[in-house]
Amino acid sequence: MVEKLELWRWTESRWTNPDLDWKGKVITSGVDVGSVSSQSVVLADGELYAYSNMRTGSDSPDSAMKAINWAMEDTGLKLEDIVYTVGTGYGRVNVPFSQRAITEIACHARGGNFMYGPSVRTILDMGGQDCKAIRCDERGKVKNFLMNDKCAAGTGRGMEVFADLLGVSINDVGDLSLQVDKEPPPVSSTCVVYAKTEATGLLREGWPKNKVLAAYCSAMAHRIMTLLERIGVEEDFAITGGIAKNKGVVKRLEKEVGIKIMETSKYDPQIAGALGAALFAKALYDKGKRK
Amino acid sequence: MIANYGYKNGSGEYFITIDTDKCNGCSKCVDVCPYGVMAVGEDENDPLSDQEVAFVTEGERKKIKYTCAPCKPNKDAIPPCINACEMKAITHSW
Repeated sequence: MVEKLELWRWTESRWTNPDLDWKGKVITSGVDVGSVSSQSVVLADGELYAYSNMRTGSDSPDSAMKAINWAMEDTGLKLEDIVYTVGTGYGRVNVPFSQRAITEIACHARGGNFMYGPSVRTILDMGGQDCKAIRCDERGKVKNFLMNDKCAAGTGRGMEVFADLLGVSINDVGDLSLQVDKEPPPVSSTCVVYAKTEATGLLREGWPKNKVLAAYCSAMAHRIMTLLERIGVEEDFAITGGIAKNKGVVKRLEKEVGIKIMETSKYDPQIAGALGAALFAKALYDKGKRK
Repeated sequence: MIANYGYKNGSGEYFITIDTDKCNGCSKCVDVCPYGVMAVGEDENDPLSDQEVAFVTEGERKKIKYTCAPCKPNKDAIPPCINACEMKAITHSW
């Protein structure tokens, strides 16, 4: 039997700041245990020192441990060196070494503000199983938010299913979906189950893979747009989360909203939540010290 | 902060919106809600603030269409939570 390729498996990432030495500094961390991916960010005196981004397993506390250990790998850092940890995301109450849990809404606003700069007013987090639209001020404080986590239609998880169905690596979905001469009509539902049925039908009709992907990306962009309408979009507009890496959705959403979406920063857009959590950890540690 | 709790699905948009800048944390909405949809506590989306505000309980956020239905028998009915709020901080989208 031929071994089946795991096409949905997106690339995990890890980074350490080469110009920073953590020794003698206040180390805080943030851990975001999401439904699909887990991230951890380590800050030294409030500066980004290291991060990791990996898949969430079936065990939240274990995923949190793995994420922080991977971020600290080869840095000489130990868990005891971290003075304050904030947990966030779907599994935020399951981060065993955290002192506090903060919602991903607050963390994404704060992290997005750090990553994209103080000019960001609208942040859209396209996660693995939910979608959050957040309006914030110049300090990354939430002004207005909306979260749709009732079902995973049109989220990262759906994209994983599509990559697998069409036999395309998830990293190539965005680029491939843009290689169409004419934009096809979107699939009628972003519900993963319905869309999969519809896509199978389209393939049978003879649609090429890229056209089917274009139809799905377009449906996803449209669904996000209807969510954004409730809170309104103000410039600058940035996207965080895994879908930020999918040009097929980003470009189509840009067209629907009519506002330019900011280029992703040099950091992995998936770390925004954990980064915000780590920044809150620093703020809470400083607040505790003043008391 | 404008906090939207709820969801959108094929049948419509179901959101309870709370303006936390108006909310004074008086708990009157909590007292009148017969189904435990409303609660007052620290603002979980503004962790650095000490002010207590109203929010929709986590377990109810995905089913308010059904939980709130008895308080909204027709389109013009004003549910007790909105009636009780002197600060006019609560609105429903449906």
